Amino acid sequence: MARIIVVTSGKGGVGKTTTSASISTGLARRGHKTVVIDFDVGLRNLDLIMNCERRVVYDFVNVIQGDASLNQALIRDKRVESLYILPASQTREKEALTKEGVEKILNELSQTFDYIVCDSPAGIEHGAQMALYYADEAIVVTNPEVSSVRDSDRILGILQSKSRRAELGHDPVKEHLLVTRYNPERVERGEMLSVADVEEILAIPLLGVIPESQVVLNASNQGTPVILEDQTDAGQAYDDAVARLLGEEREHRFMTLQKKGFFARMFKG
Amino acid sequence: MSFFDYFRTRKNTGSASVAKERLQIIVAHERGKREQPDYLPELQQELLAVIRKYVQIEDDMVQVEVDRNDDCSVLELNVTLPERR
Ligand SMILES: Nc1ncnc2c1ncn2[C@@H]1O[C@H](COP(=O)(O)OP(=O)(O)O)[C@@H](O)[C@H]1O
Ligand SMILES: [Mg+2]
Repeated sequence: MARIIVVTSGKGGVGKTTTSASISTGLARRGHKTVVIDFDVGLRNLDLIMNCERRVVYDFVNVIQGDASLNQALIRDKRVESLYILPASQTREKEALTKEGVEKILNELSQTFDYIVCDSPAGIEHGAQMALYYADEAIVVTNPEVSSVRDSDRILGILQSKSRRAELGHDPVKEHLLVTRYNPERVERGEMLSVADVEEILAIPLLGVIPESQVVLNASNQGTPVILEDQTDAGQAYDDAVARLLGEEREHRFMTLQKKGFFARMFKG
Repeated sequence: MSFFDYFRTRKNTGSASVAKERLQIIVAHERGKREQPDYLPELQQELLAVIRKYVQIEDDMVQVEVDRNDDCSVLELNVTLPERR
């Protein structure tokens, strides 16, 4: 039985796809057989971030509609063993995803995979609800900014009322807060909500903090999940998050400004 | 960073505290609404229509809420009438 993890947020552009790519890569790198599914039907992006855009033949919707088998559609990652990608369709309508269709695919994947990571589209409508419906765990990606925090809270409401676990009265979906695009300098200047502020408002356990970093853009330009950039702050922050997801205790990093000495602060920059 | 910026960073006068306050209010409000029964908006519209037969009031002058306690629920109806001239 696979563990199903949805990466969700409500708001677009906060880092869901970036996170899905890195978390799935991190899980696979630790030896867990993992598949990452792009639920963003019509706007697929995960294939670009994972550098497999030229190997897409069939997609998620083809499999749901019986035009291709899972084996035909799954793309095997070239860098990390036991990592597979199921791309979204580029052309279809969001309604092509049905509860029954998604369930069938997830059941089939469940038999051979340890983890299924679902990259949710933006919004709180059909597509986002399909991505989270069967989840066991949810990574709620939040930027320290008012509209993102508010949308995260709405997604939490949906997880608590409209997921399969909620509808069947099972144990609730396990919620994790991932604060991304964090800029400690701006927080220190009082211009940006702090991690503590976001945690206090959303009141769910903190999985990690990913700093705002040029490295993320560089990695996506090259089609490398940023977690593979081991020497970078964002890469290490994602690796910490994966470790915590698997139950390891790791201290949070990259949350405070790298303290420069008094003189350095006065004379530099 | 200039010499004066160094001292300025010590104070917390930025817009983040305003953001936090606004968020706490809107999130609390929306959470309250989430727990409301589905029929509430329709009930509110119908009440509005009935009251309008007698008094001309604006959409936001009728507030309907369900307050759920352990052993009973209370339907709270709050109607603001326009000021009398
Ligand atoms: N930690 C980060 N630092 C800097 N840029 C980031 C970070 N996380 C995401 N981004 C950038 O933000 C944009 C949106 O990210 P993406 O993962 O596609 O968001 P979503 O899937 O939520 O729409 C991309 O250009 C991405 O490179
Ligand atoms: Mg995306």
